[in-house]
Amino acid sequence: MRRFVEKLGGLTLATLRDMGRMLAFLGYALYIVIRLPGRPVHILKQIHFIGTKSLFVIVLTAAFTGMVLGLQGYYTLSKFGSEGMLGSAVALSLIRELGPVLTALMVTGRAGSAITAEIGIMKITEQIDALKTMALEPFKYLVSPKIIAAIIVVPLLCAIFDVVGIFGGYVVGVKLLGVNPGAYFFEMEKSVVGKDVFSGFVKSVSFGLIISWVCCFKGYYAGHGAEGVSRATTAAVVMSSVLVLVWDYFLTSVLL
Amino acid sequence: MIKLVNICKSFGAQTVLNNLCLKLPRGQITAVIGPSGEGKSVLLKQIIGLEKPDSGQVLVDGTDITRLSRSDLNRAREKFGMLFQNAALFDSLTVFENVAFPLEEKTRLTREQIRIKVFEALKHVGLNGIDQKFPDELSGGMKKRVGLARALLLNPRIILFDEPTTGLDPIICRAIHQLIADTHRLFGFTAIIVSHEIPEIFDISHRVAMLFRGEIIEEGPTEEIRNSRNPVVRQFIDGSLDGPIQFMK
Repeated sequence: MRRFVEKLGGLTLATLRDMGRMLAFLGYALYIVIRLPGRPVHILKQIHFIGTKSLFVIVLTAAFTGMVLGLQGYYTLSKFGSEGMLGSAVALSLIRELGPVLTALMVTGRAGSAITAEIGIMKITEQIDALKTMALEPFKYLVSPKIIAAIIVVPLLCAIFDVVGIFGGYVVGVKLLGVNPGAYFFEMEKSVVGKDVFSGFVKSVSFGLIISWVCCFKGYYAGHGAEGVSRATTAAVVMSSVLVLVWDYFLTSVLL
Repeated sequence: MIKLVNICKSFGAQTVLNNLCLKLPRGQITAVIGPSGEGKSVLLKQIIGLEKPDSGQVLVDGTDITRLSRSDLNRAREKFGMLFQNAALFDSLTVFENVAFPLEEKTRLTREQIRIKVFEALKHVGLNGIDQKFPDELSGGMKKRVGLARALLLNPRIILFDEPTTGLDPIICRAIHQLIADTHRLFGFTAIIVSHEIPEIFDISHRVAMLFRGEIIEEGPTEEIRNSRNPVVRQFIDGSLDGPIQFMK
């Protein structure tokens, strides 16, 4: 029994220590973002890497998500004779919820894991130490541009996701299932208000911060060797995804 | 002058540095020798503030760098250059970009001035025509020379060398040692070299310190250490299997 309590206590302390370290990392990263945001060229490179290179997977996911929403929505709404509300259902689901969340999960899988691996490898090959010995602040080069880029890029990708998803729903609902195109867009315009768009925007900005924060942190504190980097990468993807979903719930309850 | 006072450093239950004291005179090359795994690289990291000692002081020109804030430590590091064991070149940058990096970030030189300085530095370490190659296209010796060019470019007053010739063939090893000696004559920096290359390292160092079981057990001018009667030093220099250093613990 005593051993169990000791183990539990040790685990709790280790978790609290890790959480504290993560929060300290975020605090310092935001301080550097404000004080030393990095060169525009470094930020642009990250925008290209996180944003442009994620475009294909975002468009593909969005199209199929919208199409599935079109099918499912039509099936449900037709039970109540409200097929005309399909546009509204697809748009609200995407703009308020699925757009930001799925964009964040896709960016985590494609760019977040690469960010962790890149920083992790730089750590184990002493490249981060080399920056320090040149009296340079590693956060300025490794963390700050990635956080700024993610905060800019994730809302933009989310907007693209929403538009493509709505078009996917249109293709299935209107072209395949025969919903009136006028009704599809009219109901959408009537039901989607500024608050919905704002909610999606706030979510995607905060998701951008969460992904870049967690992935940079896990890379920066990666363990030894290739195994350490691979563990850090897995942990970064899992933790970012879970945090995105948990934070989404809290934001939704506040922004509803 | 660098002075290490009662430095203690442990990793978990393992004590690596134990009340270590050492003075490194200005403008001289000091070689730190000792068996593998005795904490020589850890010692270098304490000197440049990459790791903090558990206790003790690292005095660089009278300032204890273990007590400096992050920004003050960065300022103190401007005196330093470091050549890492594996060169630690930025693997996503070309050789030119690697060497130019500190100049671009720390000076206000124009692109043309940087270009001239980088090519001069590469020429100085005997590397021509490789400026557009990436680090993974270079041999171990070339990487170290690029690392040396990068470390020298801002004219640091103190340069730390972490096993600069490990894993290189004897000719390249000799060439790197010669390069360190030549650049030292030219720039007059204080150098601390962690090395296993015995007796070659004696040819370029002014002083030698032997690290064993977390302490400096003997330190002095090179000739003095070369002729030391200390059984640990003697065994290490002679490379003998019999003696106080047990290689199979």
